[in-house]
Amino acid sequence: MARLFPQPILSIVITLVWVLLANDISAGTVVLGIILGWAIPRLTSRYWPDRPRIRQPFTVLEYLGIVLKDIAVSNVQVAYWVLFRRGDTLRSQYITVPLDLTTAEAVTVLAGTITLTPGTVSADLSADGRSLLVHCLETHDPAATVAQIKERYERRLKEIFE
Amino acid sequence: MIIADAVISLIVLVGAFFLFVGSLGLAKLPDLMRRLHGPTKATTLGIGSMLIGSMLYFWAVEGNPSIHEPLITLFLVLTAPVTAQMIAKAHILRGGRAQEGLPGTGRPVGWATLDAVEADERSEVTRTPPNPRA
Repeated sequence: MARLFPQPILSIVITLVWVLLANDISAGTVVLGIILGWAIPRLTSRYWPDRPRIRQPFTVLEYLGIVLKDIAVSNVQVAYWVLFRRGDTLRSQYITVPLDLTTAEAVTVLAGTITLTPGTVSADLSADGRSLLVHCLETHDPAATVAQIKERYERRLKEIFE
Repeated sequence: MIIADAVISLIVLVGAFFLFVGSLGLAKLPDLMRRLHGPTKATTLGIGSMLIGSMLYFWAVEGNPSIHEPLITLFLVLTAPVTAQMIAKAHILRGGRAQEGLPGTGRPVGWATLDAVEADERSEVTRTPPNPRA
């Protein structure tokens, strides 16, 4: 199996995306999707020298659930601020989040999650890739925001990727 | 049918509301970094509701299930943070007040946008081990 599918996650994603794009779940589409999922990673393997490892698949589901819930909450929160607060009364500021994560995939997912969740947008990474610059729309306690990001997202990503 | 119509209409209206608020935030908030918050978040739930409404409509009313919608959500979730980060980096790079307000990195090096040479040389992010069979 490992020889046939050198990038198993990529193969699954390609097959799934193909079936969804075709908008049709039939034997033909699924077989063509599996062929593409086999051929594309092989033909492009030079561009994918690394293989990301997911250590705890079930933590991924838990993480997705938490992020989806937070996206819904953050939308309501930001909508409230936009509608009922004057823009210049929002206490916006940059905060620095020191990272324990060291793999590129984990840092990427964390930065994306921060942008999609309550009142924070990730803006930049330090030159050595070990801390993240985050802009908060409204915060009265930057340390608590940093602690929440580390506890809620980073700890789980560390379990998943490292 | 009338119940399905009502539920779908409600979901689409909720989506429209959040999309509107996202755009309003973009127009109303005073500076670039604050403005970024509107479109990156409000639109996620807005588009999400629209797509759920669309799936329900094709499934319940047309009787012809549509599975395109999760893909749109997926691509949106992948692209929105990247776009936001590129805009933020461009904003920081342009300088002026944007750079003065930045906190320290807590590391011996600066932020990657302002320290591009160091970013290449001093990156401590590890890549996963090479695939032995590649």
